[in-house]
Amino acid sequence: MNAQREPTLVVGRLTTRFAGLGGAVTAVDEVSFNVAPGEVLGLVGESGSGKSMTGFSILGLVDPPGEITGGSIRLKGRELRGLPAREWRALRGDRIAMIFQDPMMTLNPVLRIDTQMIETVRAHRRVSRDAAREMARDALARVGIPSPDERLRAYPHQLSGGMRQRVAIAIALLNAPDLIIADEPTTALDVTIQAQILFEMQTLCRESGTALIWITHDLAVVAGLADRVCVMYAGRIVEQGSTAQVLETPAHPYTRGLLDSTPAANVQPDKAGRPQPLRQIPGMAPSLKELPAGCAFRPRCTRASTLCEQTPPEVELARGHVARCFHPLSAAEGLKS
Amino acid sequence: MPLFILRRILQSFNVLFVMSLLVFAGVYAIGNPLDLLVDPNATADDTARAAASLGLDQPLWVQYGRFLGNALQGDLGNSFIHGVPALGLIVERLPATLELAVVAMLIAVLLGIPLGLWAGLKPDSWSGRAIMAGSILGFSLPTFWVGLMLIMVFAVQLGWLPASGRGPTVDVLGVSISLLTADGWRHLLLPAANLALFKLSLIIRLTRSGTREALLQDYVKFARAKGLSNARVVGVHVLKNILIPIVTVVGLEFGSLIAFSVVTESIFAWPGMGKLLLDSITQLDRPVVVAYLLLVVTLYVVINLAVDLLYAALDPRVRLAGARA
Amino acid sequence: MSETSPPPAASPADSEVERPLRRLARMYAESRVALFGLALLLVIVLAALLAPWLAPQNPYDLMQLDMLDGRLPPGSASGDGRLTYLLGTDEQGRDMLSAILYGLRISVGVGVVATLMALAIGMALGLAAGYFGGRFDAVLMRIADIQLSFPSILVAMILLALFGQGIDKIVIALVAAQWAYYARTTRSAALVEGRKEYIEAARLLGLSTPRILFRHLLPNCLPPLIVVAALQVAAAIALEATLSFLGLGLPVTEPSLGLLIANGFQYLYSGRYWISVFPGVALLLLILAINLVADQLRDVLNPRLQSQ
Repeated sequence: MNAQREPTLVVGRLTTRFAGLGGAVTAVDEVSFNVAPGEVLGLVGESGSGKSMTGFSILGLVDPPGEITGGSIRLKGRELRGLPAREWRALRGDRIAMIFQDPMMTLNPVLRIDTQMIETVRAHRRVSRDAAREMARDALARVGIPSPDERLRAYPHQLSGGMRQRVAIAIALLNAPDLIIADEPTTALDVTIQAQILFEMQTLCRESGTALIWITHDLAVVAGLADRVCVMYAGRIVEQGSTAQVLETPAHPYTRGLLDSTPAANVQPDKAGRPQPLRQIPGMAPSLKELPAGCAFRPRCTRASTLCEQTPPEVELARGHVARCFHPLSAAEGLKS
Repeated sequence: MPLFILRRILQSFNVLFVMSLLVFAGVYAIGNPLDLLVDPNATADDTARAAASLGLDQPLWVQYGRFLGNALQGDLGNSFIHGVPALGLIVERLPATLELAVVAMLIAVLLGIPLGLWAGLKPDSWSGRAIMAGSILGFSLPTFWVGLMLIMVFAVQLGWLPASGRGPTVDVLGVSISLLTADGWRHLLLPAANLALFKLSLIIRLTRSGTREALLQDYVKFARAKGLSNARVVGVHVLKNILIPIVTVVGLEFGSLIAFSVVTESIFAWPGMGKLLLDSITQLDRPVVVAYLLLVVTLYVVINLAVDLLYAALDPRVRLAGARA
Repeated sequence: MSETSPPPAASPADSEVERPLRRLARMYAESRVALFGLALLLVIVLAALLAPWLAPQNPYDLMQLDMLDGRLPPGSASGDGRLTYLLGTDEQGRDMLSAILYGLRISVGVGVVATLMALAIGMALGLAAGYFGGRFDAVLMRIADIQLSFPSILVAMILLALFGQGIDKIVIALVAAQWAYYARTTRSAALVEGRKEYIEAARLLGLSTPRILFRHLLPNCLPPLIVVAALQVAAAIALEATLSFLGLGLPVTEPSLGLLIANGFQYLYSGRYWISVFPGVALLLLILAINLVADQLRDVLNPRLQSQ
């Protein structure tokens, strides 16, 4: 990664809370990270860990009763938090684009592809319908869709899932954004198509210098795609660092558990040549409504002590490798056992 | 697609045939119009002659055959009371009823969709709640009672609008229309509002629940993530999706508006088909009742057919599935 | 549903498992509006049942009426000073409050009887259609479809045009106009339930068909039927009132609320609003109360919401 380049996005102590009947719920809790131009950041966590809400917070798309209550979001040095709704809208789809998980649901079923692409262009720049259509055609061609003219006239249900996700990606690329937030965009697809799309996205972002936040629960995807990784648990980032640091020498017990329970990251056979048995993290991901005090992972953690009832500090284990834990695993312990 | 249309049309004829059988069996096989038409002191001979002249002495299936043959030629018999063709009587009143129903539906749609959208976008605001409360009330209030209240308030107490009758009409291509004069509108407003209320409540509910459901969909979030204005997200992405069920319901409910106009017409003395039907029922004027029923059934079938085709035209998923079939 | 589903997850506060009926009552009571609707409904139904004892006079005993007291506004005292006409009198000097109480009796009675009959018929047909399927199912549902595509008022009007007036005739018309709703609801519930294992198990145990139908299948189809029936009582009462208002429903000797309203219609123009407005208000409160109760029942009995 290029530390000397100015980051595209700087998120600092971002906090998003939902006011509810049973008290407020903190979905995103003091989350901080940077993404540089052309860099891919993997945001990893189980469902409900706050990774998607982090993405929506950056886009300013947190619906009431949710609200960003603290921290800052800086895009190319410009503070987004507190921006008037109009200006934030102008940024969405133009400077920051988002791709959703289920391509079957993200395209409007009753509007043609061209309508949905042209409106994205014309929401942000004064160009003619024809010019916008031309841009849409180019974007489709860039994401590898054959005969784009024909596809433009199609309705979403006439395309396959992989094709639809490519359309969604093309829509995200339309206005050449500085940042793309991709929320598990390949989870719903076949593995082969998933691999193609991952590769294409990586290439497209590298070439154009677009920063990419890739939200996923799948460490295998992150391993092949991301430059850096943030692991989220119960609204907090528990560990972040370069992909190699986090995946090879995980410091937080949760990351370790996550790696152990991932089949793809666990392929090394034992001495007898059999695959190692998968290990699972004991217990269940907590409900955000009843989080334990201190470290939220404490009830499931084998290393937990009374100390963990306090909020754990951020510990820098190596340059750029940070874990939020009182008892981080040492590099030796973090290595695959 | 043509196959789909053809199949639907055949189905429609089927329903029409069955209904003609039911209507005939119901109206001609039960009750005796001679009791009403012939002087109670008449001799058996006189009665038989009257029956023969009306064709009532023939076996039922002959009567039905004749009835069906004549019906296909547009002859549904003469009114027992008025002595003129029954269908003519009904068709003469058709424009008044259609005018009432169309204006009522317009009121329901033009008010219902915006109100429903608002209530769906802001379900917890006081205005959203008020709209919903109003729509629940609109469901509970019987049409005839609302009509009475409208008359009491706007005609009797305030004196703003006339309470009964149709205003001056202008003939356009042989059809009398009261929409072209201010006085015509003044007469139309109360009955149309009365007839509209129930459908208005229905459309508000439909639009509201459709909107709330659409807002949760990913495509709405994606549309917002694309930076579209709220107006475009709601006006295009949401509206176009909820319009499909609404168009279906509006189409199907149009027939029920015509049926319910019986009530409204009777309250506001609106000279339409419904008023005629009521009079004919109380006077046992069967040919007119039959003509009304068959006309309304035909209208229903045609409307259902039109709605199906329109639905196919609106929803690309149905349209293309039909094209492939 | 209550027998087969696992007990609801008990909240930490009470570890004791609630009985299903108590749970339903608790869920119902969560809405204050619904409680108000239930109270209103109870008051109205009680008033209707007890009309002969509550009413100041018997409005249809001509001996008790005084023509000189005709068309008195609400609150007037009668000519002989013995009673006050709280809601005024009609043209025959009839106390409107008494007339409304007696009218409620007829309206509620007709609505409930017609609904119960339609429920019984529709339920039996729907259950049979859903359980046996095949040609019987196809024909029955086709008829129901065609009938449901026409508004019930039209169906009822046609039947009344054929049969003439009378309390029995209007019950028949209401039943004929509404049976299809129950048949449809029962059938779809029976289809869903019929596929579940416990019916299969009952069949394997060699239980008789009627026993499976009525002891096993029917109880599990009841929740949606109760909701439909509750809503349809209101619809039946409104429909009866409309038909009576049009002069097609009940004869003058059995004046339901609709007929009272129709009688007062002509006096509306001269400002004597009370003759038709008060019966209308009574009708309105009755329908509103039923709808409020039915709405809450729908939420309470909705299986998707039950686990919460």
